[in-house]
Amino acid sequence: MPGYLVRSVAPLGAERTDLLLRDGVVVALGRDAASQAGSEDTVIDADGLVALPGLVDLHTHLREPGREDTETVDSGTRAAAAGGFTAVHAMANTAPVADTAGVVEQVWRLGRDAGWADVRPVGAVTIGLAGERLAELGAMATSAAAVRVFSDDGRCVWDPVLMRRALEYTKAFDGVVAQHAQEPRLTVDAQMHEGVVSAEIGLTGWPAVAEEAIIARDVLLAEHVGGRLHVQHLSTAGSVEIIRWAKARGIAVTAEATPHHLLLTDELARSYDPVYKVNPPLRTAEDVAAVRAGLADGTIDVVATDHAPHAVQDKDCEWAAAAFGMTGLETCLAVVQQVMVEEGSFTWADVARVLSHTPARIGRVTDHGRPIAVGEPANLTLVDPAARRTIDPRVQQTASRNSPFAGRELPGEVRWTFLRGRATIADTVAVLAPSRTGAHA
Amino acid sequence: MRHLLSTTDLDRDAAVALLDTAEAMAQTQSRTIKKLPALRGLTIVNLFFEDSTRTRISFEAAAKRLSADVINFSAKGSSVSKGESLKDTAQTLRAIGADAVVVRHPSSGAPHRLAHAGWIDTPVVNAGDGMHQHPTQALLDAFTLRRHLADGRGDLAGRHVVVVGDVLHSRVARSNVDLLATLGARVTLVAPPTLLPIGVESWRCAVTYDLDAALTDDVDAVMMLRVQRERMTSGFFPSEREYARRYGLDGTRLGRLSDHALVLHPGPMNRGLEISAEAADSPRSTVVEQVANGVSVRMAVLYTLLAGDLAGEGDA
Ligand SMILES: [Zn+2]
Repeated sequence: MPGYLVRSVAPLGAERTDLLLRDGVVVALGRDAASQAGSEDTVIDADGLVALPGLVDLHTHLREPGREDTETVDSGTRAAAAGGFTAVHAMANTAPVADTAGVVEQVWRLGRDAGWADVRPVGAVTIGLAGERLAELGAMATSAAAVRVFSDDGRCVWDPVLMRRALEYTKAFDGVVAQHAQEPRLTVDAQMHEGVVSAEIGLTGWPAVAEEAIIARDVLLAEHVGGRLHVQHLSTAGSVEIIRWAKARGIAVTAEATPHHLLLTDELARSYDPVYKVNPPLRTAEDVAAVRAGLADGTIDVVATDHAPHAVQDKDCEWAAAAFGMTGLETCLAVVQQVMVEEGSFTWADVARVLSHTPARIGRVTDHGRPIAVGEPANLTLVDPAARRTIDPRVQQTASRNSPFAGRELPGEVRWTFLRGRATIADTVAVLAPSRTGAHA
Repeated sequence: MRHLLSTTDLDRDAAVALLDTAEAMAQTQSRTIKKLPALRGLTIVNLFFEDSTRTRISFEAAAKRLSADVINFSAKGSSVSKGESLKDTAQTLRAIGADAVVVRHPSSGAPHRLAHAGWIDTPVVNAGDGMHQHPTQALLDAFTLRRHLADGRGDLAGRHVVVVGDVLHSRVARSNVDLLATLGARVTLVAPPTLLPIGVESWRCAVTYDLDAALTDDVDAVMMLRVQRERMTSGFFPSEREYARRYGLDGTRLGRLSDHALVLHPGPMNRGLEISAEAADSPRSTVVEQVANGVSVRMAVLYTLLAGDLAGEGDA
C-alpha cells in the first residue's frame, strides 16, 4: 500500500525533518525518508507543521450504546480524529452500562469497525454504576477489549470499602481505578462552584471540599493497599495540593485536568447559559491558575477531554434542568496550545507527554504514545500552530453542539491525523476507512 | 429598560425613577375609578411555574388597572410538569401574541434565559426565580421604606435596614441587598451561619450572627424573612424553638427598637417562628401596606417597560 512522505515537519516542534510512513509504521526519518519514498507515495508539504504522536484521551463519552441521538462511536471517534486523537477511552456510563465483558467488547468492536481511532472501553467499577457491588472487572480485563481503566464516572465510588476493594482487586491485572471525586452528600442538587458567584446568582453550590475530601481519602487508600489510582477531571487548587503531597509520598496516583478547567471560570455561569454547566463545575480564576501550575510542574499528569455530548433540548433550557457536560475532543489541543504553549510553560514535547505518552501509559495502551522514530507505529498528528480558528460547533464532527468555546478564537489546527499509517484526517478532511467505503459500494 | 430581571439591573437613578412612577400610580389608586388606559390593547401573560397566589394577584391587578389584557398561565401541574420545556412554553406565548411576560420559576435564572435565549422577544419581568431575585418585591419594600423614612422622595441614603433570616435560600434577601445598597441605605444581614451563603462576604452589606447586637445599631427598619419549616429537618438549625429564640422578632426585641423603626415581612408569615404575633400586628408592621404598595410598584414596572415602548413608537 502506498504511503506518505511528510516533508519538512517539526517532530515535537524540534528541527525539521522528513518522515516516511508506510505499512502502518514510520519506515524512515530524515534524508532516508525522501530517498526511500517511491512515486506512489503521497507527498505532504508539512513546512510549518508540528508532528506529535497521535493523541490519547483517557476520558471520552461516546454515548453508544443508548444515546445515539447525541453521539455514536462513529461520530465520536471521527471527532477524536479531527482533534488529533488516535485512541480514546470510552466511559462506561452508557445504557446498558459497560459493566460486563459483552458490553465492553461491543464498544471495542464498534470502534474497530468505524476505523477513526482505537477505542479502549472503560469498565464500570460497580454493577450498573450503582456503587454497591463490584462488576466483573477481571472478565472485562481478559475480554477482547482488554480493559485496564475502570471507572464509575458520572458517579463517585463513594463507599470507602468498595473503593478499597476496587483498588486492591485491579492489581491482579494491572488495572487502574479512575475516580470521579465527588462527595455525594456535600453536592446534593449542586449546580455550580460554591463561592462568590453562586452566592450572587442563587445556584446551589458544589464546594471544592467535596472533590478534595474524596481525593484525600483515595490517595490514602491507594497507599494502604498499593493499588493504582487515577483522579479524573481535577478542578480545584486544593486538589492540586493533595496530589502534590501524595506524589511526594510515593503514592501511585495520577491525575488529569480537562481543557475547560484550564481556561474557563465560574464567572461564565452568570449568563445562566447551560453550555457552561459541567461536572465538576467551572471553578475560580485562582483554581484555574493552580491547575495550570500543577500541569506545568507535573503534579497533574495528563489532559483529558471529558468530551460529553448532549442533545440540544438538554442544553436549550433553564440551568437547573440542563445536563452536565461539554464537548471537547475537537478543541482540546487548541486549548492546551493557548494556555500552556503560548503562555510559555510547555514545549511541544510537553504537549506530547500530557496528551499522548502519559495517558497511553496510564491506560496501558500499547502502540500509542510512542516516540516518533523509525519502526514505531505511524500514529501521528500534524498540527499547524500558526492557524487561528473561531470555534463553530456546527462544523465540528461531533454529533452534538454543546461546545463552551463556540465563538471563541483558539490557536492551532489539526491538519493530518494518521492511525497506523492511514490518514483519518487528510488536510483537515475526514477520510472514511477503505473497509467502509468498500462496504458501502 | 427592556426587562426587569434583577435589581442589579437598576442604577440609583433608574431605581428612584421607578419608585417615583410607583408614587404617581399610587395617587391614582386613591381615586374612585382606578383604571388607567395606558396599556389598553396589550396582553400580559403571568407565567407561573410555582404557586404564588399573592404575587400573581398583585401582578394581575397591576396589569388590569393599566387596562392591559391578562392571561394567567399556571404552568405548575400542567403540560410543563409532563416535560414541556420552558422554551416550548415561551414559543406558545409568542404565538399567542404576548406583549410582556411576567414569570415566576423555581429555577434561578429561568427569567434570564427567557429574556436572552432567543426564544421570545418580549419584555420579561422576573416575579421571583429560585434563590436568585425577586425585584418587584425589593422595589415594593424600598417603596414602603421610602414612604416612611424619606417622605416618599429620593433615595434611602444613610438609613439602616436589618434583614433577618434564611438568606441562603432567599431571593428576597438578594434583591433587597442590591437595591437598598443602590439606594444608599446601609444593610446588615443577620442569620445563623448555616443560612448564609458561602461568598456572602462579597455582598454590599454587613453580616452578623447576632440579632440583638444588630438591633442596637441605629436601626430604621427590620425585615424578617420567611423561614421554611423544612430547613429544620435538613439540619440548617436544630429546632424551631431555638431558631425563634435566637433569630425571631419577639416582643422584647420589638420593644428595643427606636420609635420610628419599621417591621417588614414579605409574607406569608410563620407567626411564632421568625416573627411573633405581637411584632406582626404592631403599629410598626407594614405587612398589609406592603401588599397595597406591591400593586403600585408593579404598575410602575409594567408601565415603564411597555408604555415606554409605545412612546418610542409614537415619536418615530
Ligand atoms: Zn466525571
